Amino acid sequence: MILTTEQVRKIAALARIKLTDDEVEKFRKELSVVLDYVSELEKVNTDGVEEISQVTGLENVLREDIARLSEFRDAIIASFPERKDDFLKIKSIL
Amino acid sequence: MELAYLEISELAEKLRKKEISSVELTKYFLERVKKYGTENELNAFLTITEKEALLQAEEADRILSKDPNASVLTGIPYAAKDLFSTKGIRTTASSKILDQFVPVFDSTVISKLNSEKSVLLGKTNLDEFAHGSSTETSAYGPSKNPWDTTRIPGGSSGGSAAAVAAGLVPFALATETGGSIRLPASLCGVCGWKPTYGRVSRYGVIAMTSSNDSPGTIARSVKDLAYTAEILSGHDAKDSTTSVKDIPNYAANLRSDLKGVKIGVPKEYFVSGMQPEVETKIHEAIEKLKELGAEIIEVSLPLTKYGSLVYAIVTPAEISSNLARFDGIRYGHRSKDAKELLDIYAKSREEGFGDEAKRRIMTGTYALSAGYYDAYYLKAQKVRRLLVNEFNDVFEKVDALVCASVPNVAQKIGTAKDNPLFGYIADQLNIPASMAGLPALSIPCGFAKTEDDTSVEMPVGLQIIGPQWGEQNIFNIGHAYQTITDWHKKYPKGFGE
Amino acid sequence: MEEKNVTNEYTPVIGLEIHVQLKTKSKMFCDSPNNPDETVPNTNICEVCTAQPGTLPVANKEAVRLGTMLGLALNCKIANNCKFDRKSYFYPDLPKGYQISQYDKPIAEHGYLDINVDGVVKRVRIRRAHLEEDAGKNIHPEGLGYSLVDYNRAGCPLIEIVTEPDITSAKEARIFLEELRNIVRYIGAGSADMEKGTMRLEPNISVRKPGQQELPNYKVEVKNINSFKFAESAIEYEIARHIEMLKEGQTPKQVTMGWNEKASQTVEQRSKEEANDYRYFPDPDLPVLKLSDEFISNLQSALPELPAAKRLRFEEEYGLPDEDIQNLVNWKELTEYFEEVVSEIQAWIKAEHTNEDELKLVKMAANWCLQDFSALLNAAKINPSESRITQENFAELLKHIADGKISVTAGKKVFSEMFEHGGEPDHIIEDLGLTQISDTSEIESAIDNVIKSNEKAVLDYKAGQQKSFGFLVGMAMKELKGKGNPQLVNEILKKKLE
Ligand SMILES: [Mg+2]
Ligand SMILES: [Zn+2]
Repeated sequence: MILTTEQVRKIAALARIKLTDDEVEKFRKELSVVLDYVSELEKVNTDGVEEISQVTGLENVLREDIARLSEFRDAIIASFPERKDDFLKIKSIL
Repeated sequence: MELAYLEISELAEKLRKKEISSVELTKYFLERVKKYGTENELNAFLTITEKEALLQAEEADRILSKDPNASVLTGIPYAAKDLFSTKGIRTTASSKILDQFVPVFDSTVISKLNSEKSVLLGKTNLDEFAHGSSTETSAYGPSKNPWDTTRIPGGSSGGSAAAVAAGLVPFALATETGGSIRLPASLCGVCGWKPTYGRVSRYGVIAMTSSNDSPGTIARSVKDLAYTAEILSGHDAKDSTTSVKDIPNYAANLRSDLKGVKIGVPKEYFVSGMQPEVETKIHEAIEKLKELGAEIIEVSLPLTKYGSLVYAIVTPAEISSNLARFDGIRYGHRSKDAKELLDIYAKSREEGFGDEAKRRIMTGTYALSAGYYDAYYLKAQKVRRLLVNEFNDVFEKVDALVCASVPNVAQKIGTAKDNPLFGYIADQLNIPASMAGLPALSIPCGFAKTEDDTSVEMPVGLQIIGPQWGEQNIFNIGHAYQTITDWHKKYPKGFGE
Repeated sequence: MEEKNVTNEYTPVIGLEIHVQLKTKSKMFCDSPNNPDETVPNTNICEVCTAQPGTLPVANKEAVRLGTMLGLALNCKIANNCKFDRKSYFYPDLPKGYQISQYDKPIAEHGYLDINVDGVVKRVRIRRAHLEEDAGKNIHPEGLGYSLVDYNRAGCPLIEIVTEPDITSAKEARIFLEELRNIVRYIGAGSADMEKGTMRLEPNISVRKPGQQELPNYKVEVKNINSFKFAESAIEYEIARHIEMLKEGQTPKQVTMGWNEKASQTVEQRSKEEANDYRYFPDPDLPVLKLSDEFISNLQSALPELPAAKRLRFEEEYGLPDEDIQNLVNWKELTEYFEEVVSEIQAWIKAEHTNEDELKLVKMAANWCLQDFSALLNAAKINPSESRITQENFAELLKHIADGKISVTAGKKVFSEMFEHGGEPDHIIEDLGLTQISDTSEIESAIDNVIKSNEKAVLDYKAGQQKSFGFLVGMAMKELKGKGNPQLVNEILKKKLE
C-alpha cells in the first residue's frame, strides 16, 4: 500500500495538521509501512462475524436526567486561551 | 535505604505502629524523587508536588492517629503517570500541546487515592499521549532504566516503572492500552497490573484508545498490586464502560499455593525473535508454578499474531478522534502566529504534537476516512471479536495463561527511534490481551543478557493473563510465585544504598 | 412510487432535515442544565461538555425515552439495537472535534407523517430520526475581527429528523413543520420553537424538469431559517430560482445557501470547505443501546392523542369547522384548555339534565377560545393555564350567554373582567349589573312606551321600511338600559307591530 503525496496532504488537512513538504514525504513513507503491516489482516476470514463494540459485552448504560451546575465552570472559563467576559474568544470565523 | 524498597504493606505497618509518620515518609521519598527522579537523572518525574504532598501527609497522619482501620494506602506516597488529570496540578501527557495545562478536576482514580489520603509526590514521564513503548516520544525526553541508565525503561508508563524500580515511590499509577504497564514493568523489573477493561474508571485519564485504555498500577509486589486494585476498582457513574461487578478482597484472598489451578502456556507466545535467555527464564518460572501445585497445560491461540495488526488499526483510529479536542481553541497550546481560524488549528497542532502523535493521527484519519472504514476499522473490530472468542474458549480450559511479557530485555535509548513499528513488535505479547480487555500482570522472573552487550543483564518479566474480571486468578498465581522466589526483591544499584 | 411520476411541469422535490431540541433537564451526555433560555454565556458548562481532557460521555435516559416517543409518533420502526457514533469535524463550537450522533443505526427509521393540505391528506415518509448532541454557538460581533463562543448549548440533546424528498411545495413544507412541531409539543418532547432555535430546519431543494422521471442530480440545502414564514419564503425563493435556471438550460450548483432575512432571499454561504469526510465510527465510550420490545410498546401505549387524531375527533364529535380545528390544534395548551371547558359543559348538562344544546355550547367554547381568549392571552403573552379564568368559570359564562341571562356584549365585559381579576361570572354579572331582562312584562311595558313616543317610525315600518324596525329595537333597548334580552325584544316588538 503506497500512499501518494496528495493523499497525505488530504489526510493532514482533514486532521488539521500543518506539514512541511519534508514531513509530507516522511509521513508518506511511514504511513505506507504501517498500512503494509496491517494489510495482513485481510487474511483473517471474518465472514458473518459481527464487529465488536464493548469487549466486556456491556450495553444499555444510561444516566438519570438530573441537572447540576458544575463547580468547575469558572475554572474552565479562566483557562480559555483568550476570552471576552465569559465568552471564549477566537480569530474571526467569518 | 531501609525504606526505599519496602512494600506498601510493610510501610503501612510502620505507619500504624507509629514507627514513622506519613510526613516523614513523604519527606524521605520526596528527597529521593528530587535526587534521582529529575530531568538529569532518571527523568522519571515531570512535576513534583512537594507542597501538596506535605499537606496531604499531615492529613494522613491525622487520620492514622484516630482511625485504626485506615486503609493500607493511607499515608503512602505514590506517583501518577502524567496522563491522569490532577486538579490544580499541571498535567502534560508529555506533550507540548499541554505543556502548561492545569486540569480543573481530578480523575476518578486520583480522587479515590485522595480519599484514602495516599500522598501524591508528582507526575511521571510517559511517551507523548502514551503513544510509544519507550518514553522516547515524550516531549520532555526519555526516562532512563534504573538498571542501566543508557537503556529505555519501556513505555509508555516508563516514568512510573522507573520511579518504582529505583525506590522513589512505593507504587505508581500507570495506564495500559497495549502493553504500557506490562512492558515497562517487565523492562524495569517491577510488578505491573493491567486491569480488565472497565474494572478501573478511565474518567479523567487523557484518552488514547478508548476501547482499550485501562488505568492500573506498578508496585513492588503482587500483594501491593492487589491492595491498590481493591481501592481503584469499581463502577464509576462518569465512565459508561465501567462495570458494577463486585470487587473481591483481592489481597485477603491471596493464597500461597496453586493446588488445583490450571495454567495454560500458549505456544504462539514463544515468538521468533524472542531472546533465548528470556525464553529460558519463562520456562524456569513455569517450573516454579508447577512446584506450587499448578497444572500446566499447553494451549494454542492461533490468532495471536493478528493482535498487533488489529491494534495498529484500532489504536490510531481512536487516537485521531481522541486527539481532535487538542485544537488550541479552549485550552492548551494556541499558536502565537495564528492569523485566522484555520491557523489556530493547523499551527497549534503542528507545534504542539510530536512526530509519533502526528503519525498516529494521520494513520487513524486515513483508516476512518471515506471508503476505508470497512477495510480497516470495521475489519479490525471483527477480527477483534474473533480474538475475544478465542480467549474465551481457552479460558474454558484454564484459569490463567502465562508467557513472557516482552520477547526481549531493555534496549539502548535511541535504537527504537524512527521505526514506526517498534511499539507494535515490542508489545506483540501484550497486545492480544489488551484487545480482548483481559486483566494481566507482569512480574519479575529473573535477568537476561542484553542483545547488544552480553556483560549487561536486564530484568525479564513473566506475564500472567486472566479471563475478564479474573483479577483474583492472576493475583493468586503471581503472589504464590513471589512466596517462593525473590526476583521482585531485587533492586538496581546506585540509588542510595 | 412518487419519484416515477412523470410531470408536465417543473416539480419541486423537497426533503427536510429538522433538528429538534429535546426537553430534558440535563444535557445529552453530561449533567449540565439543558436550558435554551439561558442568556449568560458559558453558564451551563462543565468539564464534559467543554471536552476537558479525560472526560467521558454518559447518555441521558430521558433523551432516549423522548427520542423513542417521537419516533413512535412519527410511525417509525424503533431500533432494538442502536448505537452512538462519532462524527468528526473541526469547528470552534464543537468542543471534542467530533459530534456524538447516530450514523448507521439510528433510534428510529422508516416512518411517515400524514399532513392535511387543503383538506387532502398527504403522506410524507420519514427516512430516519436519530439522537445527537448540539454544538455551542459562535457569535460574530460586527466589524470587530473576532468571534466569540458560548458553550451553553453544546451537548444539549437533539433529535434529527430526515424526511424522504416527498414534499412538492413550500406550503407543504410549512404544514409538515407545523404538524411536527405540534407532535413534539403534544408528546412533551420539546418546545419546537423555530424563533428560539429549539427547532431548526434545513430543507434540501431541487426541481424536476417537465417529463423528468428521476430525482434531480443536484440539491441545494438552505440554512439559517428561523421561522415558519421564512421556511416558506426561502423554499419558494429557491424553487423559483431553480426553475429559472433550468429554463435557461442550467443546473443549479449543489451548494449550501443561507436565508437572508433582510434581503428576503437566499445567499450562497461562504463555506468553501472541501468535501466533508466525517469519519464516522462507533463511539467506544458509549455501550450500545438495546431497546426491548417491552420498553417500546410501553411507550407506544403511553403516547398521548396526537394532532391528527384530535382533529378527526373534533370534527366528528363537535363538527367544528376545519380552520377552527387547525387553529386550536396548533396551540396545544389552548386545545387542552378548550377540552377542559368542554368537560365542564358536559358535566353540567349531565348533572342538570337540561336540554341545553351541547354542540352549540361546544362551538361557542371553541369560538371564545380562538377569539376573545386568544386575543387576551396573546396580549398578555401568557398561556391558558396561566390565565385567571378557570375552565369552570369559562363554561359557566358561556352557559349564561346561551340561556340569555346576559347578552354577548355583556359576556365580553364579564370575560375581560374575569381575565383581569379572576372571579366567578355570577358575581361579576351582579357587581356590574349586567343581568339581562327576560321578564316579558317589563319588556312589554318598555316597548309600549317606545311605540307610543315614536309614531313616525311605527308608521314607516308598517309602510315597509325594515330599517325602522331596527331603530325601534334600539330605542327599546335604551329604555331597558341595554339589558333587555335581544331575542325577546325582537319577538315582542314584532308581535306588537302586527
Ligand atoms: Mg445533525
Ligand atoms: Zn456539561
